[in-house]
Order: sequence, then structure tokens, then C-alpha cells
Amino acid sequence: MEPIVRIRGLGKSYWRGNQPVKVLEDITFDIAQGEFLALMGPSGSGKTTLLNLIAGIDRVDSGTVTIGGVDITALSENELTGWRAMNVGFIFQFYNLIPVLTALENVELPLLLTGLSKKERLEHARAVLKLVGLEDRMDHYPGQLSGGQQQRVAIARAVVTDPVILVADEPTGDLDRAAAEDVLTLMENLNGQLGKTIIMVTHDPRAASRAHVLRTLEKGVLT
Amino acid sequence: MFALKLIFKNAFRHKFRTLLTIGSIVIALVAFGLLRTVVSAWYAGVAASSATRLVTRNAVSLAFTLPLAYKDKIRQTDGVTDVSYGSWFGGIYINEKNFFANFAVEPGSYLRLYPEYVIAPEEKEAFLRDRHGAVAGIKLARRFGWKTGDLVTLKGTVFPVNLDFVIRAIYTGRDKNTDESQFFFHWSYLDEAVKKVAPDRAGQVGFFMEGISDPLLAPRVSANIDRMFKNSLAETITETEKSFQLSFISMTEALLDVIQIVSFVVIAIIMAVTANTMSMTVRERTGEYSILKTLGFGGWRIAGLIAGESLVIVMIGCALGIAFTYPAASVFKSQLGAYFPVFNIDRRLFILDAAASALVGLVAAVFPAWKAMKLSIAEGLRRIG
Ligand SMILES: Nc1ncnc2c1ncn2[C@@H]1O[C@H](COP(=O)(O)OP(=O)(O)OP(=O)(O)O)[C@@H](O)[C@H]1O
Ligand SMILES: [Mg+2]
Repeated sequence: MEPIVRIRGLGKSYWRGNQPVKVLEDITFDIAQGEFLALMGPSGSGKTTLLNLIAGIDRVDSGTVTIGGVDITALSENELTGWRAMNVGFIFQFYNLIPVLTALENVELPLLLTGLSKKERLEHARAVLKLVGLEDRMDHYPGQLSGGQQQRVAIARAVVTDPVILVADEPTGDLDRAAAEDVLTLMENLNGQLGKTIIMVTHDPRAASRAHVLRTLEKGVLT
Repeated sequence: MFALKLIFKNAFRHKFRTLLTIGSIVIALVAFGLLRTVVSAWYAGVAASSATRLVTRNAVSLAFTLPLAYKDKIRQTDGVTDVSYGSWFGGIYINEKNFFANFAVEPGSYLRLYPEYVIAPEEKEAFLRDRHGAVAGIKLARRFGWKTGDLVTLKGTVFPVNLDFVIRAIYTGRDKNTDESQFFFHWSYLDEAVKKVAPDRAGQVGFFMEGISDPLLAPRVSANIDRMFKNSLAETITETEKSFQLSFISMTEALLDVIQIVSFVVIAIIMAVTANTMSMTVRERTGEYSILKTLGFGGWRIAGLIAGESLVIVMIGCALGIAFTYPAASVFKSQLGAYFPVFNIDRRLFILDAAASALVGLVAAVFPAWKAMKLSIAEGLRRIG
């Protein structure tokens, strides 16, 4: 079967002053449809950078990233923005919900970019919040929710558009043990029951153990 | 709808800051409104002046007089239907703080020429009969609590005489911009008093006022009158009442220009205040805008959210500013009404307020919106962590 993510010869440097700093060098690997992949590695090894490149929020210097058959390195900025809206779900370490919107509105947010009616949007958003076990917290603002609950809202927001891949950058990094377990179980279910492809960056070996595949990034090289 | 809700919620996230910004917009717009109204109040005299009235004065300056004898010659000029005359008396009522315009006129012809001063028939009768009678505008009468029958003494400044009057009539303005704070009396009373103390100044008038049959005749009639007195001891300048009023105003033209400029400076200031608020806001929300971009919201949508928020804040300020302009103007009027007999807010001011505010809202959002648009997501996200 064709892999859902195909990375070929990917390279990325950042400029520090007028000195280029190589972060990723000639990375080549595939991720199969329905895989749950954990990406580990020491701090500064380039995990976030790689994840951002796969998710289309940063630009490669060399190489190609093909997702679901689309070479996203060839897309214009506008095309890439539209592509992200339809194809990628994001989960961040600090949840990154919009504080002035309720849980329901936060989940509804990405659906504004689809052609759905208000009624359909709310139906979808409610269904997904129910899926993450927050049907009784829909009208709460992020500030009224615990960290674990906020992260579950963020997961609901990430899956509500039914994206091709889910990317998560240290999703449990800011949670205590119990909340982290809940979130990981939820991600496991999304992967196992809904067949979502998940790419998760983590420092936490226990989190990584929930994934099916483990890759390690060290000094810009994937092993 | 969703976007609008988000815009409103965002606008009031920092309530105190937003309220301060709105407060400064309100103050600025009220100041803007008062300044612009001062300018139009100044021109109100011109707007009220009639195109069918001419004024003849000494060619040298207003401080010089003309012989009363000119009257008959002027009357005989083609196109002239009526002639009146008068002198600026410049009298002081009790003390200088009570300033108001007062002058001596030939009463019968003056009232014929100025139908916009509306007087009850019996009061008019009483005024015309009493050589010591005077007429006051309703605003002036209210200011000093005068009623018909009251005695009023004016101390001369231009003339070395003090005159005692009986208020015989109180007029109201026919039109909104008619000056209701004038005071006038019989020229013959003044002349008689002057004759006793300064006989050489008797028989002289400050200006003649002519009614003409057709406004189009104004240039020809003016030229004919002035030609008659060419090479005489007192040459004349005749012009429409409008240009006569304007020549008064031109003395203060520079001041009016300054006021106009200041009124726009005020707008520039609220632009700066709003732009400052918006850049602070956008800087704080860099992370959030990165999230929105990550989710697939394009740069223009984010610019729209920022511009919308800026407009919401400014337009709330604008609405309140307009609401407060009326009470502010009435305070202003009660304090300075003597200098601005006609002080009416022009409704068009509010269109100007709204247009200026909309412009301010958009301009203030340009720089922050541009920054948010070109913000790199990876950079923005890094700043959250
Ligand atoms: N915008 C940037 N400008 C300069 N250097 C950058 C920039 N972004 C990342 N880097 C550098 O690239 C390297 C990899 O960063 P990255 O954030 O991908 O690491 P990471 O593996 O996610 O680390 P952590 O586990 O601490 O999150 C680091 O050395 C970092 O300093
Ligand atoms: Mg990282």
C-alpha cells in the first residue's frame, strides 16, 4: 500500500546571524496509513522542526514531503494554508485553545473554513466533544477547564475536520500522569477505532510506548 | 456571525485598555465637534446675511464715517428699493464682561430691511414711537433678564456719551441662524446726544444699508453708488452684506485656519492612540494568530479580524462621541454664547465623525494586520512555548 506520508531527502537549516545551522539533513522515511508513530530524541534534535515540515507550517530547504499523494513542498503559501485546513489536525503541548471561545466554539472554529452550515458545524462539534468525553463541558471556557480537559478539547478540534494525519508535539508534556494517560488512551482510540494516522513527538518513554512505531532523531539524523 | 462574535469578544478582552481607548476617542470627537462648530458659528453671520442687501461704508475703513446727507443720493440710485443707516455704538452694559453687539439705526427702514427680526406689532409700534426705545434679541433679553419696559444704560466707548434706554420690543429670529442677541435703538437719539458734546461728529453715520430689487443687480448698483461719491471728501465702498460680513471674518481668518488644523490634529491623535492599542493587542496575541493560521485561516482573514476589532472599538467611541457632542455644545453655549450668538451643531458633523472614525479604525489596523499576516507560523508557535 502507498504510504500516507513520504519524505525524501529532506533538509532544513536555520540561519543564526549569517551562519547556517543544519537542523535536519537528508531525511528519508515513510509513514503508513493508520500508523501511530512516536518521534523521540534529545532536546534541540529537530523533532519540532520535522513535525512542522510534515504538517506544512514550515518550508523545507531541500527534498520533498508527499502527503496523501500531494507534494506539499510544491504548494504556494495560500494553497498550503487551504491544504492544512483540510488535511492536518494539530495537537500542541500547551493546548492553544482560543481563550475567549467556549469549548464548543473552539471545536467549531476549523469548520468555519468548510462549506458546512451552522447547524451541521454544531452537530459535528458536539459529536466530537462527546467522543472525547466532554459533552457536559461544551459551554466552558478554556480557563474553566483542567489541563487534561483542555487537551481533550484540542484533540476534538484536531479531528473535527476529519484530517488525513494528526500531528502532536509533546501532547502530554504539560499534563500530570493521570491526565496524560487519558489523553494517550484517547489518541490510541482515535488511531485504533477511527484509523487516524498519528505522528507524535514526545520525551516521555511511557507515551512513546503507546505508539506502534518508534523513531529517534539525533543530531538531525533519523534512526 | 461567528467572526463578529469573536471580534467583539476580542475587543473587550482587556476591558480597561479598551475603555481607555474608547474614552480618548470620545473626548477627541467631542473636541473635534466643538472646534468645527466654532468655525461654522463664526461663519453663521455670513450664512444669515442676505444677498439682496448692500452695505456702504467709508472707503478708508470702518472707523471712518459718512455724512448722513448721502442717503438721498443713494436712495435715488437705480435698483435701490430702500435705504437705512446706522452706527456701531459699542456701548458697555454695566461692565465689559457683558459684551454684546449694539448699534444705532434708523428704525423704520431698518426693520423693513430686516424682516428676519420678528417683533409683535404692538411692541414694534411702541419702539417706533419712543425715541429712547430699544429692541433686544430674545437671547440677549434672557441673558440679562430684561422685559419690555425695563431701563437699560449703555456706556459709550466709540462716542463720549452714555445713553439710557427703555426696552420697548424683544425680537425673535425668523430663521435658525438669525442672530438673536443684537441690541439696536434710534439713531436720532444718539445723534442728538453727540451734538451736545461733540458737534463736529453729529450728522455722521457708520454705514448705509440698501435693499435692492434683484440680487443680480448687486455689482451694478454697488458700482453706481461708489461712483457717485468718487473724489468726494468721503469715498465709499459698497458691497453685499455677505462680503461685508466676510471682511469682518477675514480679520480672524488665520485663527479659524488654526482651529481647522487643530480639529484634524485631534483626529490624527486618536489614530495614534488606536494604532498603539491595536499593536499592543496584536503583539500579545501573536501565538493565537499562529494557531489560527495553523488551522488554515489565511492572512486576509486574520487581517479582517484585526481590522474588525479596531473598527468596533473606534465606532463605539464614535457613537458615544456623537451622543456627548450635544451636551458638550450646550455647556459651551451657556459659557460662551455671547461670542457665538448662533451656535448650532450641523448634522453633517456626524457624517464627518463617522467617516473620520472609520478611517481611523482602518488605518490603525493596517500595520498590526500586516505584521500578523506576514508572521511565520513556526516562529509564532515557538513563542508560545
Ligand atoms: N527559527 C529558528 N531560528 C534559528 N534556529 C532555530 C529556529 N527554530 C529552531 N531552531 C534550532 O533548530 C534546532 C532544532 O529545534 P527543534 O525545536 O526542532 O528541536 P526539538 O527537537 O523540538 O527540541 P525540544 O525537544 O526541546 O522541543 C535547535 O537547535 C533550535 O535552536
Ligand atoms: Mg520541540
